[in-house]
Amino acid sequence: MSLLKVTIDGKTIEVEPGTTILQAARQIGPDVAPPAMCYYTKLKTSGGYCRTCLVKVTKGSEKDPRPMPKLVASCRTTVMDGMEVQNYSSEEVVEARKGVVEFLLINHPLDCPICDQAGECHLQDLSYENGRSKSRYEFKRRTFEKIDIGEKIQLHMTRCILCYRCVKVADQLTPGRVHGVINRGEVAEISTYIQNAVDNEFSGNMIDVCPVGALTDKTFRFKSRVWFLKPVDAHRDCDQCSGKAVVWKYGNEIYRVTGRKDQWGEVDEWICNTCRFEKKSPSDWVEEGPRKINRHSVISQNHYGSKTRFVASPESLPQKQLS
Amino acid sequence: MKSLSNRSKVVSDKNMTLLEGAYLPAVVKGLGITLKHFFRRPATLKYPEEQREFTEVYRGKHVLKRDENGAERCTACGLCAVSCPAEAITMVAAERKNGEEHLYREEKYAAIYEINMLRCIFCGLCEEACPKEAIFLTKEIAPADYEREEFIYGKDKLVEGVEPAKRIDVSKRQDR
Ligand code: SF4
Ligand code: SF4
Ligand code: SF4
Ligand code: FES
Repeated sequence: MSLLKVTIDGKTIEVEPGTTILQAARQIGPDVAPPAMCYYTKLKTSGGYCRTCLVKVTKGSEKDPRPMPKLVASCRTTVMDGMEVQNYSSEEVVEARKGVVEFLLINHPLDCPICDQAGECHLQDLSYENGRSKSRYEFKRRTFEKIDIGEKIQLHMTRCILCYRCVKVADQLTPGRVHGVINRGEVAEISTYIQNAVDNEFSGNMIDVCPVGALTDKTFRFKSRVWFLKPVDAHRDCDQCSGKAVVWKYGNEIYRVTGRKDQWGEVDEWICNTCRFEKKSPSDWVEEGPRKINRHSVISQNHYGSKTRFVASPESLPQKQLS
Repeated sequence: MKSLSNRSKVVSDKNMTLLEGAYLPAVVKGLGITLKHFFRRPATLKYPEEQREFTEVYRGKHVLKRDENGAERCTACGLCAVSCPAEAITMVAAERKNGEEHLYREEKYAAIYEINMLRCIFCGLCEEACPKEAIFLTKEIAPADYEREEFIYGKDKLVEGVEPAKRIDVSKRQDR
């Protein structure tokens, strides 16, 4: 099969047939890649729920150059040869995305100061980069009681954006899933049937795929803020998963363990619950070195005796770290 | 090279004139300058009898505010600590239990909250960063002490009292 040519925001790339616009844009680079809240490369049939990835197709293909009549979800639309797409260069897309962000935030409690996800939350990034600073919503936000999903996972349904990623994790990673979305429309919610415990070995990955703070690690609950911790790549011999993880340290203590996320915020390799929840002693892990964090991220604001900022030349380290 | 500001003076070691060599005129001139200051308004105050008036936005000792129901506003979000250029703030968060709603406003609160007043430079960035309107700097001065430990202010020194009389008014700072 020959490669298909697609132009996104004026940048042209050739991709395999069957590639979605979103994947093609990611191959070009972060400057043109639309944000995605529900699509997850490693989860089959994900995408198509949140609409943050809307783009404008100004030319359908070489054979049929008519533009598509409406904005399309780039994570669910495959490219055609000669397709021309506008993302950030289109006023209409930028405006529509602002609307989508406003909708996603309609019922969101905006409790970032309390939420453990703050600092690594995709909804924070999305609304900061693509949203309006004001909401026009005047009605009561829907609220839920927080629920314990199993022993180690906490569900704050108020923060959920119903992206279905956690459902796909449960479906595809763990046999016999016991949680899903019940009800529809405004009253839809993530639930376990009669609050069944999710105790599968890979259920913890829900925490990593959840783009917001709806699913959080109970063993890390309110322990610290992500920007006070130092993320270190580490691995261990695990008979259930790859054992490749990031340990988040405060001094010598490991506060939490997560999967390694790539440039798009997606986990490289799933890790098991034993690695995630039980292995919190430094002797459990072989450290590989500090994790590279985008310097614009609040996580790189880590002041607490972190040496990551000085790695370039250890000699230049101040003799005594400020404490 | 020529000076850019044109304000530098070239040092010279020329011989003094007779008048300069007598020194006395220069001494008298100096005394004159000193004398002039007796008739000027003094630059200092007789503290503590006299006290200087502070502006409403003076940045002195911090206060951790309570809300109208007397619950602590701070939710231990750590934004003050991350914004503090002097690394003066530390805290430990805890989860509010059922029945503690009158004590803490939010689900999470600061069980320990400490500011090291020796580190603090009273820049007010913590006040600026706080999303919960919990921390404010006040017109009060952080007093001197003999022990370094005394300068680590915990919640006992920072949180305002519950009684209306013990509340610290920060409304003037808020509408700026
Ligand atoms: S809990 Fe998280 S991952 Fe699951 S649907 Fe809600 S936002 Fe998505
Ligand atoms: S006033 Fe400035 S230096 Fe002092 S605690 Fe607040 S942020 Fe830190
Ligand atoms: S004082 Fe304000 S900024 Fe600091 S932890 Fe409390 S709520 Fe957050
Ligand atoms: S990422 Fe495409 S619709 Fe959510």
